[in-house]
Amino acid sequence: MRKLIALLAFSAAFGVSHAQDKVLRVVPHSNLAILDPIWTTAYMSRNHGYMIYDTLFGTDEKNKIQPQMVESWTESPDHRLWTFKLRKGLEFHDGKPVTSEDVTASLARWGKRDAMGVALFTFIDRMDTPAPDTFRIFLREACGFVLEALGKPSSSVPFIMPKRVAETDAFKQIEDYTGSGPYVFKRDEFKPGDKAVYLKNKKYVPRKEPASGSAGGKNVYVDRVEWNLALRDVQAQANALVKGEVDVIEAIAFDQYASLSKEKGVKVVKPAVGQQYMCRFNHLLPPFDKAAVRRAALASFDQRAFLKAQVGVEELYNTCPSMFTCGSPYASTAGSEIMAKSNVRNAQELLKASGYNGTPVVLMKPTDLDAIGKLPDVAAQLMRQAGFKVDLQAMDWQTLVSRRAKKDPVASGGWNMFCTAWVAPDIWSPINNAALDARGDKSGWFGWPLDDKLQDLRGKFMRETDAAKKKKLSEEIQAEAFANGTHAPLGEYQAPVAMRSNVTGLNTSGLAHIYWNVKKN
Amino acid sequence: MFSYVARRVLATVPVLVIVAVLVFLLLRLTPGDPAAILAGDAASTEQIARIRADLGLEKPIVVQFGIWAGRLLRGDLGESFYYKITVAELISQRLEPTLSLSALTIVFAVLVAVPLGALAAWRFGGWLDRALMGFSVMGFSVPGFVLAYILIYVVSLKLGWLPVQGYRRITDGAGPWLQHLILPCLTLSVIFIALIARVTRAAVLEALGEDYIRTARAKGLPEVRVLVRHGLANAAVPIVTVIGIGIALLIGGVVVTESVYAIPGLGRLTVDAVLARDFPTIQGVILFFSFLYVMVNLLIDLSYVFFDPRIRY
Repeated sequence: MRKLIALLAFSAAFGVSHAQDKVLRVVPHSNLAILDPIWTTAYMSRNHGYMIYDTLFGTDEKNKIQPQMVESWTESPDHRLWTFKLRKGLEFHDGKPVTSEDVTASLARWGKRDAMGVALFTFIDRMDTPAPDTFRIFLREACGFVLEALGKPSSSVPFIMPKRVAETDAFKQIEDYTGSGPYVFKRDEFKPGDKAVYLKNKKYVPRKEPASGSAGGKNVYVDRVEWNLALRDVQAQANALVKGEVDVIEAIAFDQYASLSKEKGVKVVKPAVGQQYMCRFNHLLPPFDKAAVRRAALASFDQRAFLKAQVGVEELYNTCPSMFTCGSPYASTAGSEIMAKSNVRNAQELLKASGYNGTPVVLMKPTDLDAIGKLPDVAAQLMRQAGFKVDLQAMDWQTLVSRRAKKDPVASGGWNMFCTAWVAPDIWSPINNAALDARGDKSGWFGWPLDDKLQDLRGKFMRETDAAKKKKLSEEIQAEAFANGTHAPLGEYQAPVAMRSNVTGLNTSGLAHIYWNVKKN
Repeated sequence: MFSYVARRVLATVPVLVIVAVLVFLLLRLTPGDPAAILAGDAASTEQIARIRADLGLEKPIVVQFGIWAGRLLRGDLGESFYYKITVAELISQRLEPTLSLSALTIVFAVLVAVPLGALAAWRFGGWLDRALMGFSVMGFSVPGFVLAYILIYVVSLKLGWLPVQGYRRITDGAGPWLQHLILPCLTLSVIFIALIARVTRAAVLEALGEDYIRTARAKGLPEVRVLVRHGLANAAVPIVTVIGIGIALLIGGVVVTESVYAIPGLGRLTVDAVLARDFPTIQGVILFFSFLYVMVNLLIDLSYVFFDPRIRY
């Protein structure tokens, strides 16, 4: 009896837990702050969305759209009426069935925020729900990207929420996190900047197909997933993984790749799809208000120089002449000669011919974001060699993010150029590649290029339903974008994921960080 | 005494008002737009503008200040732009880790540094004194994060004695709580041990040269009693002052240690809020720190009465 009392006392004092729950401890790539994946395009909010919500369609590892909540669908011969039937067994975490009304309300809210959703809704005349498991989309005219939009894997993903939640103003954040996805969000355990907890949704009925990308069966083999939001120091993350205190690090630093790969009990995996670096010009201000100057800058950019400096590990990067991710359906070399054959002399000649008058280029450099911090240094050096005057201005990333939204002249806080990185699925289509929006100062994304021909081609692409013709249009779009110098793709890299050796089945498609089908042995 | 305390407490009001105005204005003058940060990387300029309007950032600064000050008068620190929960709740979530770390560090530092400093003064010029001075130089010179990584490498990774990172609430059990605090506490303690030990040594050294020490020795009191009862007791005021400053510094300044050990405390919250331009949180946290500083200083001043009966308020 004394021994029992002593044991109980010890357990109470030292917190010994006898719970047999399988807990997957994850270090996400960033902090989770906003819990509404439609309200923000932040990737952490998207990943949170994948945990608790389900989607109508998913994108598999071959970049094909596959049904997820949808069981079957039909398309009228004139491509204007789409009818979707939901599969059986869909249920929200509160026990209520998922109905077609939940779906249409969710799509309506998403269609007000997401760029592709907004584009889709310019075609949509109306939606209706003839049965609880059936919804229809009536289009004004044929549209070639209905399934691409509904199955898009990255921000903002059209997650399906209960109607009462989806009716929240699209510009207000939701406060009810009831979903129908494979995990349930533990709201009471969520501590911003500390941890987020997800429990297995025991009532979730996965599809029978094997998991692939964001599609297929979402089987859950762990009881609980904990996101460690406090562990932000990269060395501390690596130490914790080596010691076995965490199971997965979503994004390790490139310079840890070699050392962690050799570490016993740890494995490092490259995602299937790469991410793209890019430099963006401000088309509203001199000197980049002239296409000839922008093309001179493009000619000076050698992708290998950027990749070598920024990534450094050869097996983690590759040059890619396409504005759409290499290996994705619309990737091509069309129009990319100016960068593929980049050299200083050519850039110097193009700059001289452009009539560049020596206006300094204000190039913004983030000092606190290792993932892209070296790109501006390389860009500045290459452009100086070509004859540009470059004013490299250092600032923290959040200042850069704020400043790039300004259309003001440089003297009033404006800018000429910045560099960033994009997750592959966010740029692999002419519709969702934000850098190709060429409506001048009405463009959705910073830089505001104006190119009527490009816009016309994008419009044709949106209307085209034939795959071969879409591919050809995408090549024309890319060629025109290079001719205009909308932006400069700087090559691709794979952000490696590190995990303990006993973790298997982790989705390394590179589409998003998702945690179904993971096993911890 | 009571009127002194009342006057000092009242004096915190203008201090807090000045801090509030300065912090509010400085945040509005620094570059960075919370709306652009909240909207995410792929957000459009229109979406950012809409969020800015929703946050009330389009209103004139005077109006924004009026709204915030009005809430403050009702005891409401506002709601975080970033996390969408009240600043008071955020602070309360982060208070325990920071207080635990600070308290443990100070207790440990005082228990080690005060005897060491007193002994060094007692054996002035001897090996202990020289060793302590050497340790002090090292304690001031080695950056906290370097020490942290060395401790983690040796104690956690090589010996496997303690966890690498994280924090457990005291409600999870005293054992896990202590296990997760030992390394951060050692990391932080080094500089405070160096500081307190040096101040103790200097103060005790000065006291040991006083006439009353000679008198005590002449009366035949044992050396230990001379040192503790007469030397250390009379050196207490500067030591207590440094300890008090240390407490205040620890509560607001442990961000590097919190980052390396992944402790979700107030320091980390402050840095996150600054990076995200989360104005309400920054304002709330800085006001809280200011209040704490003022209160710690008041307590130090009041403690002088205990250590030196000649002091009267």
